[in-house]
Amino acid sequence: MYKIVRKEVLNPSVSLIEVEAPYIARKAEPGQFIILRVDEKGERIPFTIADYDRDKGTVTVIFQIVGKSTESLNELGEGDSLQDMVGPLGVASNFEGVKKVAVIGGGLGTAIAYPQAKKLHSMGVSVDMINGFRNKDLIIIEDLCKAACTNLYTMTDDGSNGNQGFVTAKLEELINSGEKYDLVVAIGPLVMMKAVCDLTRKYDIKTIVSMNPIMIDGTGMCGGCRITVGGETKFACVDGPDFDGHLVDFDSAIARSRMFKNQEAESRERAHKCRLEGMNNA
Amino acid sequence: MPNMSLEKVPMPEQEPNVRNKNFKEVTLGYTEEMAVEEAQRCLNCKHKPCMQGCPVMVKIPEFIALVAEGKFEEAYKKIQETSSLPAVCGRVCPQENQCEKFCVRGIKGEPVAIGRLERFVADWYMENCKSVSEKPESNGKKVAVVGAGPSGLTCAGDLAKLGYKVTVFEAFHTPGGVLVYGIPEFRLPKDIVAAEVNKLKELGVEVMTNMVIGKVLSVEELLNEEGYDAVFIGTGAGLPSFMKIEGESLNGVYSANEFLTRINLMKAYKFPEYDTPVYVGKNVVVVGGGNVAMDAARSAKRLGAENVYIVYRRSEEEMPARLEEVHHAKEEGIEFKLLNNPVKINGDENGWVDSVTCIKMELGEPDKSGRRRPVPVEGSEFDLDADVVVVAIGQTPNPLIKNTTPDLETNRYGCIVAKEETGETSKTGVYAGGDVVTGAATVILAMGAGKTAAASIDEYLSQRKK
Ligand SMILES: Cc1cc2nc3c(=O)[nH]c(=O)nc-3n(C[C@H](O)[C@H](O)[C@H](O)COP(=O)(O)OP(=O)(O)OC[C@H]3O[C@@H](n4cnc5c(N)ncnc54)[C@H](O)[C@@H]3O)c2cc1C
Ligand SMILES: Cc1cc2nc3c(=O)[nH]c(=O)nc-3n(C[C@H](O)[C@H](O)[C@H](O)COP(=O)(O)OP(=O)(O)OC[C@H]3O[C@@H](n4cnc5c(N)ncnc54)[C@H](O)[C@@H]3O)c2cc1C
Ligand code: SF4
Ligand code: SF4
Ligand code: FES
Ligand SMILES: [Mg+2]
Repeated sequence: MYKIVRKEVLNPSVSLIEVEAPYIARKAEPGQFIILRVDEKGERIPFTIADYDRDKGTVTVIFQIVGKSTESLNELGEGDSLQDMVGPLGVASNFEGVKKVAVIGGGLGTAIAYPQAKKLHSMGVSVDMINGFRNKDLIIIEDLCKAACTNLYTMTDDGSNGNQGFVTAKLEELINSGEKYDLVVAIGPLVMMKAVCDLTRKYDIKTIVSMNPIMIDGTGMCGGCRITVGGETKFACVDGPDFDGHLVDFDSAIARSRMFKNQEAESRERAHKCRLEGMNNA
Repeated sequence: MPNMSLEKVPMPEQEPNVRNKNFKEVTLGYTEEMAVEEAQRCLNCKHKPCMQGCPVMVKIPEFIALVAEGKFEEAYKKIQETSSLPAVCGRVCPQENQCEKFCVRGIKGEPVAIGRLERFVADWYMENCKSVSEKPESNGKKVAVVGAGPSGLTCAGDLAKLGYKVTVFEAFHTPGGVLVYGIPEFRLPKDIVAAEVNKLKELGVEVMTNMVIGKVLSVEELLNEEGYDAVFIGTGAGLPSFMKIEGESLNGVYSANEFLTRINLMKAYKFPEYDTPVYVGKNVVVVGGGNVAMDAARSAKRLGAENVYIVYRRSEEEMPARLEEVHHAKEEGIEFKLLNNPVKINGDENGWVDSVTCIKMELGEPDKSGRRRPVPVEGSEFDLDADVVVVAIGQTPNPLIKNTTPDLETNRYGCIVAKEETGETSKTGVYAGGDVVTGAATVILAMGAGKTAAASIDEYLSQRKK
């Protein structure tokens, strides 16, 4: 089980894997996520379900290499198997009654936003997708996104793809040019989601964000993923991961995402050292 | 001639200052000689008073008599007639409130060490009798068990022995429930739990991990689409409670579930060999007075914390933890701040815990539970330095199954309503037992509930026309 049937390198730090997980594929919906373990000593790492194929019984995740566990994951190739995968977890996105939506992806957040855009698009909703990256080499899944929306705007911080600017600037430009969105979906780094929410609050547009706090079980039993929404404590794994962005306490979420910063660095360093020593011994 | 010593034969254990730095088992168990000597303290009372204290009626005098004769294998079979997890229960039962509480030897002196003897017998059997269980003949009926804790595992084992095809669906990647994610290695080695699970597999039980029922499949689907004739729900009480005081979202504040899951299930005590981190810091405040609080405090100490405090709002007398755990915790250097209650967690400028403000309590009039109610002493607030706070004030059932099984009756605490004598719920063909029914309780009660449900599932399915 959990065999990797396809792997693609999307950019130097982002890969896609399609994994055999028939039970999960049967039930998965956009907005939900899985938790996987690479091996017996591995962490439980959550990833959004980027796509699923009910007939083939597969689930696709797109992941960014940021630390020890995602590095280990990236060492696996087609034909290798994961130790564990559990899901689908979290609440599926609910888009009833919306007509025109702006879906915003920041960096890797694009991959998390993609299934939502795809679902909205398939429901006949008008979707403007605005994706932002630091530079043109980091752009991922542009073709997939193009097929999942009405208009795609791909922005780069440094303008290297010919479209310079932050996603917030583009969104404001579209709003000012008369586009009337009844919903904004913003997915990306916490600071980006916070900036989008500050903007849409000004224009009074309902905004949904996807919260990705540190998780373990993903079923509501540890409380580690708790965030503050509208003054109440919520568990992102069971109450979310989507929340009303105007109610989310981003500052506390940003602090909590750094809870294990030192240990994460230690874990990664050790992995690198082991790899070097392994090479020396060879 | 019985051994008239007033004291139990002591059980060897690691020195407190050695063991509070490792995760190896604290107590080392009896040798054969010690077990026989202790067994000889039993008077083989005709009225078997000890048995009334055991929730599953282990035939205590009979198994102890066999131990005294050196017939350890027979002793094991005797225990097994009514209990499924003796290696576990011998270690974790609150014996002082159960079997040993009623032992006549306890009137003057210490009671017979029933728990230690039970553990000895189970360990001896596991080491010396590598009997392979025979797969019973199939009766063609399928039962789904949800949750691989003591209740689910027991129910699965009993049904498998009767010929049912049993599949256990477990949300986590390892079966065992609290026995693997909550109770630490130094109290209950995980090999013991794994051995119990393997015995079930030999009986033909299929254990499917990574299956969250209510998400990947619903109870309804198990019955109507997956072809199970009955379902047992033993999903425990895994939802952590917080104190709802200021500062609980600061970095460094954990629920006991998170803290212990990181350490036990994910083996953060072997970090960085294992990938999952845990942060412990120098000063740790654990809030609560039960087994969960003791486990969290003793784990923190082992991970290098200098000062570990148990903050509990009542007095030692009311502490629900097993006597042995409190005793061991004290020996290991855990400081007890009794009759104190946290009112606020204070943070530093980076969002990390800095200290906990507590208020002193005094005991007032008895409340409904008969325990004297703690009341705050006005103006007695003080600050306790803390890098980490572990909240161990209780758990309730996870609402996942309740929310996805509309016709399953639950009470106002979210516990599934099930008949005590049978485990039957409001939904035909669905049975439940363990913590999900009673709220957080004990291993032996969960095991007993699993047994009861297995018997009534068998009765229900034997009577039902195919
Ligand atoms: C619901 C959800 C969906 C996610 N979807 C995706 C996705 O589709 N693609 C993707 O690349 N990433 C996704 N993530 C983030 C991903 O889980 C982390 O990047 C990954 O766990 C980092 O592990 P690491 O050991 O490689 O890095 P580390 O060095 O351990 O951590 C790097 C950073 O990742 C975060 N992180 C660490 N551990 C966890 C954890 N257990 N749970 C959540 N975050 C953690 C922390 O903010 C940390 O600072 C998602 C997270 C959540 C909660
Ligand atoms: C830290 C700690 C220490 C303890 N110490 C003691 C002690 O010393 N002595 C004692 O007698 N008792 C002790 N207890 C209590 C005892 O462990 C429990 O009463 C007992 O484990 C309950 O058993 P159970 O089978 O009902 O549930 P659990 O052991 O909780 O097992 C439930 C299982 O169901 C799984 N599950 C939950 N939801 C789902 C779902 N939707 N789908 C699939 N699977 C699911 C869970 O992952 C878990 O594996 C302790 C508890 C804790 C937390
Ligand atoms: S199962 Fe528990 S209560 Fe019963 S005899 Fe054994 S230790 Fe005592
Ligand atoms: S009460 Fe004590 S002495 Fe009497 S039979 Fe039970 S264990 Fe033995
Ligand atoms: S990840 Fe444990 S409660 Fe959400
Ligand atoms: Mg990591």
